[in-house]
Formats: sequence, structure tokens, C-alpha cells
Amino acid sequence: MILTVVLIIPLIAAVVCLAPRFRSGAGARWTALAGMTAGLVITVVLFAGYQADHYALKPQRWLLETQAPWFPQLGISFHLAADGMSLLFVMLAALLGSMAVIASWTEIKESVGFFHFNLLLTLVGVIGVFLAIDLFLFYFFWELMLVPMFFLILSWGHENRIYAAVKFFIFTQAGGLFMLVSILGLAFTHQHATGVLSFDYPELIGTYMNGTTATLLLFGFLAAFLVKLPAVPFHTWLPEAHTHAPTGGSVILAGLLLKTGAYGLIRFAFPIFPDAASRLAPYGMILAVAGILYGAVMSFAQTDLKRLIAYTSVSHMGFVLLGISACNTIALHGVIIQIICHGIGTGALFMLAGTLQERIHTRELSRMGGLWAELPRMGGLWLFFALAALGLPGLGNFLGEFLVLLGSFAVSIAAAAIAATGFIFATVYALWMLWQVSFGPRRTTGDIADLSVREMLPLVVAVGLLIWIGLFPQSVIRTARQGLETLKATIEWHTPTRRSIGAPDKGMVDLKTQTAPKGLSGGYDGKP
Amino acid sequence: MADLIWLIPAFPAIGFLINGLLGIRFPKTLTAWVACLSVIASFAVSATIFVQFLQMAPESRVFEKTVFDWIVSGDFKTTIGFRIDALSIIMCLIVSGVGSLIHIYSVGYMHDDPGFRRYFCYLNLFVFMMLTLVTGDNVLLMFVGWEGVGLCSYLLIGFWYEKDSAANAGKKAFIVNRIGDFGFLLGLFTLVGYLGSQGIWTLKFSELQANVHLIGPGLATIITLLFFVGATGKSAQIPLYVWLPDAMEGPTPVSSLIHAATMVTAGVYMIARLNFLYVLAPTTLLVVTIVGLATAFFAATIGTAQYDIKRVLAYSTVSQLGYMFVGVGAGAYAAGIFHLMTHAFFKGLLFLAAGSVMHAMSGELDMRKMGGLRKKTPVTYWTTFIACLAIAGVPGFSGFFSKDEILWMAFSKYDSIWFWFIGVITAGMTAFYMFRMFFSTFHGECRADEEIKHHIHESPRIMTVPLMILAVLSLIGGYVGVPALLGGSNHIEKWLEPVFGHHAAPATAHAGGFNIISTAFASSGGAEGAGHAIEMQLMIGAVIIGLLGIFIAWLFYVKNPNLPKKFVEKFHGLFTLVHNKYFIDELYGFIFVRGLFKLGRFCKDFFDEMIIDGIVNGIASLLAGVGGIIRKVQTGMVQGYAFAVILGAIVVIGYLISRIL
Repeated sequence: MILTVVLIIPLIAAVVCLAPRFRSGAGARWTALAGMTAGLVITVVLFAGYQADHYALKPQRWLLETQAPWFPQLGISFHLAADGMSLLFVMLAALLGSMAVIASWTEIKESVGFFHFNLLLTLVGVIGVFLAIDLFLFYFFWELMLVPMFFLILSWGHENRIYAAVKFFIFTQAGGLFMLVSILGLAFTHQHATGVLSFDYPELIGTYMNGTTATLLLFGFLAAFLVKLPAVPFHTWLPEAHTHAPTGGSVILAGLLLKTGAYGLIRFAFPIFPDAASRLAPYGMILAVAGILYGAVMSFAQTDLKRLIAYTSVSHMGFVLLGISACNTIALHGVIIQIICHGIGTGALFMLAGTLQERIHTRELSRMGGLWAELPRMGGLWLFFALAALGLPGLGNFLGEFLVLLGSFAVSIAAAAIAATGFIFATVYALWMLWQVSFGPRRTTGDIADLSVREMLPLVVAVGLLIWIGLFPQSVIRTARQGLETLKATIEWHTPTRRSIGAPDKGMVDLKTQTAPKGLSGGYDGKP
Repeated sequence: MADLIWLIPAFPAIGFLINGLLGIRFPKTLTAWVACLSVIASFAVSATIFVQFLQMAPESRVFEKTVFDWIVSGDFKTTIGFRIDALSIIMCLIVSGVGSLIHIYSVGYMHDDPGFRRYFCYLNLFVFMMLTLVTGDNVLLMFVGWEGVGLCSYLLIGFWYEKDSAANAGKKAFIVNRIGDFGFLLGLFTLVGYLGSQGIWTLKFSELQANVHLIGPGLATIITLLFFVGATGKSAQIPLYVWLPDAMEGPTPVSSLIHAATMVTAGVYMIARLNFLYVLAPTTLLVVTIVGLATAFFAATIGTAQYDIKRVLAYSTVSQLGYMFVGVGAGAYAAGIFHLMTHAFFKGLLFLAAGSVMHAMSGELDMRKMGGLRKKTPVTYWTTFIACLAIAGVPGFSGFFSKDEILWMAFSKYDSIWFWFIGVITAGMTAFYMFRMFFSTFHGECRADEEIKHHIHESPRIMTVPLMILAVLSLIGGYVGVPALLGGSNHIEKWLEPVFGHHAAPATAHAGGFNIISTAFASSGGAEGAGHAIEMQLMIGAVIIGLLGIFIAWLFYVKNPNLPKKFVEKFHGLFTLVHNKYFIDELYGFIFVRGLFKLGRFCKDFFDEMIIDGIVNGIASLLAGVGGIIRKVQTGMVQGYAFAVILGAIVVIGYLISRIL
């Protein structure tokens, strides 16, 4: 029930934003902010509640679940469920949603109501994606994210917005439709095997299918997830969309939309097609390493601030894909931390870029410089989030990447070692960005104001969260642990051939692994 | 006391937070008090623990405190916890002790700077990170401190960020350090990954040491070499030394604290801390020795041809760090730490004195425009003199004992007179360039402008008192390690024995082909007496060469000031080469910096825009063509798309169904 409420609050807020008297001005902003904050408060309360008994690994699958019939004759139901991982991601969505509303406060001046309607509808889609476990419903929310985001870029974007919006739409829509085909194919395969037509995820797990079918169907899912993630070479929609979207849109894109791809891989691709996914995992690692290096190298070549930040996302999401492909406990814990910290950190960088663009009306790096002396608050925050991006130990982002690399190291030394050069490259682009923006002599004229309290608030919260996660990653790991262990157990249960890499949590109930060799044996012979 | 050891790093952190969060309206005095007292409090705690240690049995001198579980992921577990033992207490005393003096000095030095509060925030943050590095009880926490001091170094080098050269130098330092840290990280992964595969998921030093027998010699060599890559970055050794000379763009007390006394020695500390691993890898130890020796020699040559006094000191630091690595590479960890300590005193002092000279000379750094400061700045003069004697290895001063210990250990461990010889030549050059700087700055006629000359004055008391304290330490600091040869009992080596074990290095022939000149007396030197005879001869040789260096400097810069000019004219090519640091910076810049940006441009122009976007746009125009046809049936592009895809979906589903049926 509470899950439906979490979905419906932003939906109601979205509709209210359309009310004629809210169409312009403060009403819509406050409504949107209230909607997102309410969602945030609910999820934080839920989170705090589950923190209380974090040590107990309970046998039940979901922390929260709600199901109502939708099209019973087609086996489609309105089925929402959350484990620790989804709860964390919904919390992230609510947080970044609030940040995006605050970031758009002064930037958006036209059709304010409609802007917030689209923004909130995207967020409803994102939250739905994280909660839906009926595949048809999942697809519905997946598409729901897309259309309002398309309008956000198209109507409120910067110079090249039409090209960016169309490119974004075509890439993600194409991926999404491949996934639809796979979802339908999966349901029919399941019907053929069991005689029951169902789109229900718990039902579909463990569907018997031969290798070719599994691989083909998996490709459909991968098309959607790898484009969203994005993995190189399906990434070229990203820099365009991030650069030309309005600030709020960039925050949602970088902070949330990319993460839905990762979420899909963890939640659906691996557990439903464990065999096929494990066979493809080495290629996933190659794509991941390519993404880490390519995204970083591309960042050096950018002259546009937002585009630079966009490419750093390509690099950082490479770590996420690497961890998912390695698919052991340590790497997956790293992935969750990386997703959350990257969402917060990059969202904050885009907010800073937005506030800067509002002030100096350019995103060209060559026309910035020397801003720290003028704007100490903004300079300090640039410094902090650049350091977070380059993976400074002590902040959450480092721990995410560290655990991903540690986990992948057990699977492939080469992949982990090459990926670790990402730390060097990240230093180069982050300091290069910082140097261009904050240091050296100033290259613009005129008075510019430092950050206002309204602009500071979400950024300071982001600073606090990144430090918090850096010090107490356990608050995240504990929450996600149960769900991930169940997923891993599912994967291993259905792939007896796959060697269990990385040790499962001790005391895990109902692991059902047939082979449970502890440790990383094999990794050091170069045999993944 | 064991429960309170976390206070050592905590105090500077508190100082940082108070000044950073609340200090915006503090008067300068209050900021200064908070900053200085927080470091002094750390020193007080360290000193208390030291006194307690003195009353305990040597092997029980360990305090450990786990604060909380940091990461628990699967079987991998690491904690936030601290460990104080004989080694880390020495480091704590140096860092907080020298750190306190430099904080106090900075109050005077930075008094008129608009960034006063920011400066002390960074400085406190640095001390916090450095103390975390030396007190952390596991490798990951050490790495947090390791990178944290790198961050503070970056911020303080680029402290005057509106200057392009300062901002660039900071950037360079951070990036070069990060290259080294990449090696550190890989070493860490290999270590924890391998032990994990054996069922030991830990990063804690004590547990690593207990399980070190699981690691074979080959793997130990790989791990230790990777960690050493980290050390070359942080401690400015070949090939990653290039950032340190540029780091002199920062305020001078920063150079003293970070780039001489503490941070740059972190690599030496790390190897000493992981000595149980390095012991397993003789090849790595040999590499460490050779890199250290090569760096010591190479940097010393550059030091002889610089005019900027801070650059001379910077290359001197690189060179002295090389000595420390020679020490730890010879397995004489105690000797390396001993030199680390004496170097912290005399090099910290030299930098502070240089700051005092800059203060007197209105910021001038070029020694060609100095001279004759002796009369006007007597405290600076005398303290610099003591420091120069110490670094030149004049008997009785601190540098003499520690340097000699290292040279002797390198000789006896590897049984190679060449190692000793290069080390001694380097010592001679060190004596030469230090006194070259000393004489040009303080003796002769003043070559500054009238305007500057008029302003020359001694620094205020708040700056000269730290100078005097450090001068006393440079004078007497060596007496904790007087070798048995000179009737001492080498307290520091005994003190560190619980950490390093008993590494008495008898003159064993090393089977590595490095005993080119296996001197006749050395090979017969099993007996104590013969060993002492050689040690005495070598010591006398070293002293003579050091004095010779000082004499040449005197000849060149006091007796006959025209000699250097003639010398430069005669060996113009050589001088240009050395003066320009062998053009290594230019080479690196060409290969790496330009290379990287070229690669970025290439990827952007060619791969992203031509290939990927070319394909995408090609498909788009193709679809537009198809869409044009469909548009006749449908009304818009999106629906047309959906139509086409549903058509495709039906085909694929049909295929699947046909396979299933």
C-alpha cells in the first residue's frame, strides 16, 4: 500500500501543476517540491525503519509488496515490490527529484506548470521502474520516463535541443521496443513451458528455455539497459541530451535515468537469464573497461562544461557495468554505492554547471576561470564535487569504485587493473575542469553573485551524504544486502555450472547453492 | 591511554572543523590559536603515549583501538581503527612536533595574507590526514590518509590559485601522485585479493603480518613493487619526482611541513610499515636501493645548478629522500626512519629559514640577488648554518649519524663499494650546493636593489623561535642513533626493534652480481673488529669528501666569486643541461600531456563524431526515408515508428512460437 502512495504522490503533484492557476509561477514549484519532499520523507522513514533491524537477514523476499489485478486474463497485474536495493533507489529518486525542482527554481520561466508536470511524470516513471515487478508494468513505467523527458529537453533545453531530444528519443525508444519484444517473448516462452500466461517477475524467474532462446531474449533486454546505462558505443545520445537539457533535466538524466539501466541488469537480466547472462558477462567487462577509458579520454577533449561532465558519467557508469558483470557480493555492493554516489555527485555537478550558466551565460570552459576568488561558496563546492568525481578516498564514490574493482579483481585481474587507470584519468579531467572553472585569472566581466541559500541547500545536503556514505557505507550495504543475496542465490541456483565467485554472506538463509566454494580460487590462474 | 589514541588524528580534525565551519567571523588571533592548539594537543597526546611506552617492556609497546566497522561486504571486512607502536609513535611525534612549530611560524609568515583562515584550515586538514596515514591500523585507512595528504598538498601548492603557475603546479602534483597511487591500489588489490582467495579477508597490518607466510616470494615481489610505485609518487623518486620542485609555488612553511618534513616521507614510512612484506622480496629491495641511489645522485646534480633557493632545497629534498630509500632498501628500516627524523629537523629548518630570508628580501628567491644577509638577519644566519652543517654530514651534527648509518648499511648489505661510493659523492655534492646557497645568501656583498636592501630585517619572534628550536634539534637529534663504533648504543634502532625485528646486517656477499669490487677487507670481515675497521675507514672517507664539498663552495663563492662565472662559460652546454633539469619536464610534457590531449581530440573527432554518430545519423536518414513512406499511411513519425516495431515484434514472436511449437 505504502508503495502505491509513494508513486501516487508525485503523480497527484504532477496533475496539480497543470491546474490553470498554477500554470506559471510559484504555485507549481511549491507543489512539485512538496510532492517530491513528501516522497522523500516517506522513503526515509521506511529506510530508517529497516535500519533498526539491519543485522537480521530475513527469509522473506521483499520488504514491502503490493499487488492488484490489472488484466488478469493476460496475466498482468499491478505488482509493486521493494527490497532494500529498490528502497535505496526510490530514495535516491525522491532526493534528486527534490534537487531538480530546486535547481529549476529560477531557470525555468516559461510554462512553469507544464515543465513541472513533465519533470514529475518522469520521476513517477523512474520510481515505477524501481518498484514494478510485473514486467508489463515495468515496461509501462520504462516508457513513461521517456516521453516527458523528451518534452523537457525539447521545450526547455538549450541551443541544440531539437537534435538532442530526437536523438535521445530514438536511442532509448529503439532500445525499449526491443525490450518489449523480449518481454512478450519471455511471457510466451513461460506459457509454453508451464501453461500459464504471466508477466509476473517471481513467476518468470527460472523459466526453462534453451540457450538460443535465452540469448535472443536477453539481447532484447540488453538493448534497453545498455543504451540507458550507457555502454560504449551506445552512448552518443548522452552528451547531447545532458548538455542541452535544462538543469533539472540533466540532474534527472544523469542521476536517475542512467541508473534504471543498471537496475534493470541487476533485477531482471541476470536473474531471469542467469546462464546466458553469465556467458555474456566477460563481454560486459570488456564494454565496461572500454567505457571507463573512453569516457575519460573524451572528457579531456571537451570545451563545453556540461558535455565534460556528461562524459565523466560514461566513465563512471563503466564501473557500474564492470561490477554487475563481475556479479559477486563485493562488486555488487560496490555497484550500489557507486550508483547512489554518482547520482548525488553528478547531479550536484550539473546543478553547479546550471547555476554557473545562469550567471555567465556560457558553458564554454575557455570563458570561465578565476571564479573561486569571486564566488568562494561556489568555488568550494566545485572543488568538493570534482574531488568526489575523481574518487577521493573518504568520500562515497571512492568506496563504490574500490569495491567494484576489488570484486572484479577476483574475476579478471586484467579488467580490474585496466579499469583502475580510470582513477588517473579521472584525476586529469576533474582537475582540468576545476582549473578551468575556478583557478587562474578571471576571463569574464561584470558582477556575479555567489550561490543563494536556495541554491546552496541541496548541494550542502549532497556534500553531507557523500561524506556520510564514505564514513558509513554500511548503512547502504546493510540495506541492500538481503535483496542482493537473494538475487545472487537465484542466479547461482539456476546456473549450477557457474562457479560461485566471491564469498556469500555468512548466515544467509536459504542460499540453496549447490556448489559453494568459498573464496576466489581460480581467479589467480587467469581463468575467470 | 590505549582507548584514546584516536585523539591524535582527531584534534587537528576538530581544529579544521572549527575554523572551517564556524571561523568565518573569527579574528585572526582566534583562528591561529585554534589551529596551533589543535596540533599541539596532538603532540601532547603523542608525547604522553611515548612516555608510557618508555615504561613498558619493548615487545608490549602496542596500542590498538578499533573505532567501528567500516566496510563489511561478504567476507571482506575492514575497520576504522588506529594502531600506535614504536614506529608510528616516532612518526606522530615528528608530524605533530614539527607540525606545531611550523603552525606557529606560519602565524607570523602568513599574517597579512587575505587567505589566512583558509590556509590554516588546509594545514590542519593536512596534519589530520598525515596522522591518519601513520596511525591507521589497516592499508585502506592508510590509503585514505595517503590520498588525503595529496589533496592538501594540491590545495596548498595552489594556495595562490589566481596565479596560473601555482594552479598548474598543484594540478601536476596531484596527477603525478595519482599515477603512483594507481600502483599502490593495484598492490592493495593483489594483496587482499590473494589473501582472500586463501580465506583471509583482511587489510589490517597485524593480521597481514600474521598471515604473510601464505605469500610466496614471486607474489611478494609483485605486491611490494606495486606499493613502491606508490612510494615513488608520494616521495618524489625517479621517475615520478617531477612534481616536487614545482611544488615550491606554495607558501614556504607549506614546503617545509609537507614537501620536506612529513608528507614526502610517507613512502619511506609505508615501506617500513610493510617491512614484513618487503623482507620476502629481495629483488624489490634491490630495486628500491637502486632507485633511491639514482634519485639521490641525479637530484643532487640538478641542485648544484639552480639559482632559486627554494628549488635548491627542493632538489635537495628529492636527493635526501633517495638516501632514505637506500636505507630501507638495504633492509635497514631503522636507519631509513632515523634519517627521516633528522631530515625533518634540518630540512624543515632550512625551508623555514628560506622563508625568513624571503621575508627579509621582500619575497626575492634568486640567490644571485642576495648576499651579505649575515649582519641583518643573525638568527636566520646561525640557524641556517647549523642546518647546512647537519645536512652536509659534518661530524657531531644530526645528519652525520643518520647518513653514515645508511651508507654503511647499503655497503654491508650489498657488499658493493659502488653503492657506497655513489652515496658519498652525492654527499659531497650536497655539501657543495648547500654551502653554495649559504654563502651566496649570507656572505659577500648584497646584490639586491636599493629599495629591497633598505627593507632587510630579521623576522619577528614568532618566526625565529621555531627556527631556534629546530636548530637545537638539528644539532642534537643525531645522538639518539650514535653507532656502536663511536661508543653509542644506537637507541633508535633498539627502539624500533619490536617493529622491524633484529636486522643486523653482517657483511654477507649478496648473490646479485653487484659485488663488483668485493673489497678484500670486506670479504674477510666476519669478525667484529675487521668490520669496525672498515666502517671507520668509510666514515672518515665520507667526512673528508663532505668537507671537500664545503671547501669548494667556499672557494667558489667566498674566496673567488668570479670562479663560477668562468666555470659556467667554460662548460656552457653541460651547465645549460643541468640548469634546465635535463629537460625531463619538457620530455614528459611532450609525451604524456600533449599525447593525452591529442588522444582525446582524436577520439572525439574521429571515433565519436565520425564513426558512431555517422552510423546513427545514417540510420536516422534511412528511417526518415522509410518514415516518409509510412507517413502516407500514418500521421506522424512516432506512430510510424511504433507501427514498424510492432510489425517487427510480431515477426520475432512468430519466430519464437514457431520454434516452440
